[in-house]
Parts: sequence; structure tokens; C-alpha cells
Amino acid sequence: MSVRQSLLTILEQGPCYGYQLRTEFERRTGGTWPLNIGQVYSTLDRLERDRLVERTGVGDEGQHYYEITDAGRDAVRLWLTSPVSRTGATRDELAIKLALAVTLPGVDVAAIIQTQRTATLRALQDLTRMKMTSDAPTSADDLAWSLVLESLIFTVEAEVRWLDHSESVLVRARANAAVAPRPVDGDATRRGRPSKATEEHAR
Amino acid sequence: MTSPLLHLDGVAMHYGTGSTAVNALVGVDLQVHHGELVAIMGASGSGKSTLLTIAGGLVRPTSGEVILAGQWLSQLSAGQLATLRRRTLGFVFQDFNLVPALTAIENVALPLELDGWKTKKARRAARDALGTVELAEQADRYPDDLSGGQQQRVAIARAVVGGRALILADEPTGALDSHTGEVVLRMLRSRVDQGAGGILVTHDARHAAWADRIVFLRDGRVVDQAEYAGVEHTLRAHRA
Repeated sequence: MSVRQSLLTILEQGPCYGYQLRTEFERRTGGTWPLNIGQVYSTLDRLERDRLVERTGVGDEGQHYYEITDAGRDAVRLWLTSPVSRTGATRDELAIKLALAVTLPGVDVAAIIQTQRTATLRALQDLTRMKMTSDAPTSADDLAWSLVLESLIFTVEAEVRWLDHSESVLVRARANAAVAPRPVDGDATRRGRPSKATEEHAR
Repeated sequence: MTSPLLHLDGVAMHYGTGSTAVNALVGVDLQVHHGELVAIMGASGSGKSTLLTIAGGLVRPTSGEVILAGQWLSQLSAGQLATLRRRTLGFVFQDFNLVPALTAIENVALPLELDGWKTKKARRAARDALGTVELAEQADRYPDDLSGGQQQRVAIARAVVGGRALILADEPTGALDSHTGEVVLRMLRSRVDQGAGGILVTHDARHAAWADRIVFLRDGRVVDQAEYAGVEHTLRAHRA
């Protein structure tokens, strides 16, 4: 998650101190991604190191204020005008689990899909209830929250569709022996560090 | 729990014989209670539509029993079945199925008048039903003068008018854009929350999620059921 860019973007509005930044971030993102205050300060330290912000003074209660620099403003503009990269594969636990499951013998992939789909549908029902009980937005913060909620709903829906698709692909693939699961490849170990037994055998 | 509004008990439906036989439904058990919306999901050919036509008493199953509002459908004559359907069930279709030559209120009053209600009484009930879907002011408009979303809301009013208790909706949002589809689902949900029962056939998980229970069909069998159990999403805690 882009905590660094988010905090910098909020700082473009004016100087802030750590707790204030955390509150502003959470308020503007519907409280969806709570921030640890330690994470806020370590991010501010890195931003300061990179000369994107600087400390401007100390408040009545000893809190340090941070202000954005010109380089920081350029970084904000670049972030807001550049697309978020979708070219690399994010590490998705479910995709990894299914990928391994279809290649290893003795794993009931259909059961994995079914269990996951039930859980994912329940999550979708829960998100939908939140949406059902939400009134039309009456502030920018409400609007931000409704967009975040919709984003989660669409993501979870996509997972259900992908699971359905995987299930039908699996049914078709079962007829093809070439794609049957197989045990760990014995040859692969030779590429790594040789075992002692192998070395002795070689002598 | 009170007895269900609809109970499908071991329902099976087979078409054809021998090598061409098709098992459209195999041993399906399903209950729908008052105040409960059940979504049926599944790929094309999974048996969704067959299930809806059997639940609506339009087709008799090959085996198993359908109990609707306490009545065993297998024991009813065709005439009794038609009367029960007219008084208990309301259908909502993807393409609205309103009569173009009738106004919104006439469309909603039609099933009551067919059931022998006096026109004045039927119109009063229809006006109330249109009010519940926030269309009282469009009562005298013809379907062609209404948007798709408004037409579908008229169809929902028609499905529940006169105290009919079970709404059977077949892809009711299929012809609507995303926002209008949601307005229609909100109306459907609200009718159910006020005591009706509903079956919502959809291929769209986002729409199925408005239901209390989601039933998955594959090759005529129920393979999965997800019930809303008030699962606490971590978001709730953050929002509190």
C-alpha cells in the first residue's frame, strides 16, 4: 500500500504532525487501512531523508510539524498523474494455493475451490450488507468510503468468477492425462547443492 | 422456525430417455421462509431456470414434492394450482413482461382483476403496491414512458400486490445498468424484509450477495450454499 505517497499527498495541503497525518489518512480512506503510528513516523523519516519533506517546527505539545518540499510536490504530481502499475503479478495466496494444488498429486482441488467460494461469497454478502445500510454520500469522506467499499465488492466478485472459471477449466482438464498432477521432480535437486550421499556416490 | 413458504423436497427433473436423457435437477432440497431471499447461482444449463419453473408450479417435477404455502402441489388439480399460483406467487422477469397497452397501475391491478377483484378495489391495492416501490406518481404512465428500472419496479409491485407472498425473480437486473440494477435489488430486498419470500436467479455474484442465502447449482445438483451469518468483516471494526 502506498502509505508514502498518500502521506505526502496529504502534506501538500499544509504542514501536519504524525498523529494528525494518521487521522487524515484514515478519515479519507474510510478507515479501511488502519495505520500504525510507528509506520507513520518511519515513513516521515524516509521522506525527510529523501528531501521530500522537512521539519518546520514544534507544536505546543512538543509534536513535530512536517512540511512538503518542492521535490515533494513534484513527487505528488507524478503519483497522481501516473497509472498504478499492473504489469507485475502480485503475490496472491489463493492463486498460489490453487497453482500448487493442481500440480501436486492427492490434493482435492475441487474441495479447495468449493470451500473458498463459500467463504468468498460470505465476505461478498457482508460487504453488500454494509453497502445496503449506507446512505447516499453527504460528504467527500462518505464518497471516498463508498468508492473503497465498491472496490472491495468488485474485487471479491472477481474472485468468485475466477473460482467458477477455474472449476470448469479443471473439469475439462481432467480428461487430459498430460496435465495430471505429478510428484516433486527428482531431477530438480541436481541443480541445487549436491547431497553428501550423491557426492560420495560420484566418487 | 415457522414452516417454510416454499419447500422443495428431493426434487428431480429428467428430460428424455436412454442415451439422450438429461438430468436437469437431481435431488434438490430447498426451503424459502417468509422474510428470506434466496439466490440461485450456476452456469448456463445448471438447472436454475428449471428450478424456478418447478418452484412456481409451472412444471411438475419427475419426482420429489413441492410444498407451497402449506399445499402439496402434486395433490392439486390444474385449476387449483392456477388459483394458488395467482394468489401466492409473483414473477419478475429479465425483460419486465408488462402489457404495453396498459398503464402501470393497470398492469399491477391485472392479476387481481383476473382473480375476480372488483376494479376499484384492485386499483386501490395496485396504487399501494406502486407506492412501496416509490412509483405512485407514475401510476398512469404506459410502460413505454417509463425507464427500464421503473418498469422493473412496476413488475415487482405486480409480483407482491394483493398480499402475494413469494417473489420468483429470473435475472431481474439482466437488462439494467449497474446503478439501476441496484435500485431494483434494493426494492426487492425491501419487499422481502417486510415479510415476503423470494428466489432470485442470477449469474452475477454481486447481485446474489443481496440474498440471505446463496445456493450454487451445477449439473442439476446443489453443490454449495453460502448463508449470511452476520460475518464480521474486519472493515466493520475499523468503521465503528
